[in-house]
Amino acid sequence: MQWASLSDFWAMGGYGLYVWGSYLVTFAAIVLEIILLRHGHKDTLRRLRRMRRWEEQ
Amino acid sequence: MAFNLYYYAAPATFYGLAGRLIPWFAWGSAVLAAIGLYIGFFVAPTDFQQGEAYRVIFIHVPAAWMGMFIYLVMAFWSAIGLAFKTRLSFMMARALAPTGAMFTFISLWTGALWGKPMWGTWWVWDARLTSTLILLFLYIGILALWAAIDDRNRGDKAGALLTLIGAVNVPIIYFSVQWWNTLHQGASIKPSGTSMDEIMLAGMLIMAAAAWFYAIAAALTRVRTIILERERHTDWVKRILEQ
Repeated sequence: MQWASLSDFWAMGGYGLYVWGSYLVTFAAIVLEIILLRHGHKDTLRRLRRMRRWEEQ
Repeated sequence: MAFNLYYYAAPATFYGLAGRLIPWFAWGSAVLAAIGLYIGFFVAPTDFQQGEAYRVIFIHVPAAWMGMFIYLVMAFWSAIGLAFKTRLSFMMARALAPTGAMFTFISLWTGALWGKPMWGTWWVWDARLTSTLILLFLYIGILALWAAIDDRNRGDKAGALLTLIGAVNVPIIYFSVQWWNTLHQGASIKPSGTSMDEIMLAGMLIMAAAAWFYAIAAALTRVRTIILERERHTDWVKRILEQ
């Protein structure tokens, strides 16, 4: 392992901004997609159930 | 038992199959990403030319590959849908597009953050970068087209047509570094061999596998939602809604 300390790890040899900026945005994009996917599926089920109840009345 | 393609091509059975497959792909992706990131940050050595900045490639290259590959899979399903009018094909194309757009965005974003310290600029209008930006615009254009057309069948066909026309851009992206004099470096992995350090390559390939698994899990989740929406008047969906 090439890291002497935690701050050494965060610094990324002076490229911390670029490396962590890349990983952070990638992580955020994936988390956002997962939230949207889960929300979308639950939302669709809820909406279709509501439509169905409305049709039955 | 023989694998019956027509059986699983029916939305009703595919809905159940996808539901069972999603956890395997999702957890597989998480495990692969954990291994890939461990190798990428703790095993792979510092690059002798690029220092630590090269560690961006563990996401940049897999994201760029997925952006192109997902587009080709979309084009495949679009062609199948147009040729055979199979219902599930268009749904698969629609389910893949947002994830493909996301990976293309990530490849551009990470490329810019790598380019700034390495090339001295966030962006340059060279063939590789420009054709990748066109890929992102194609994804956005296709999504906008689907959103704009209320008639589902017309939307499916129009989107499929645009997807197929845009597919010509994918080989342009891939071969751009050979055809033109680009600032972007050439491929490190070729059929004739690789010019990368073995452990760096291993980390990158494991991250690529994680991206594959993730994309499959995301597309299957999205296609299930689309199937429910489109099949809502069928008995099997009504049974699910009553649960």
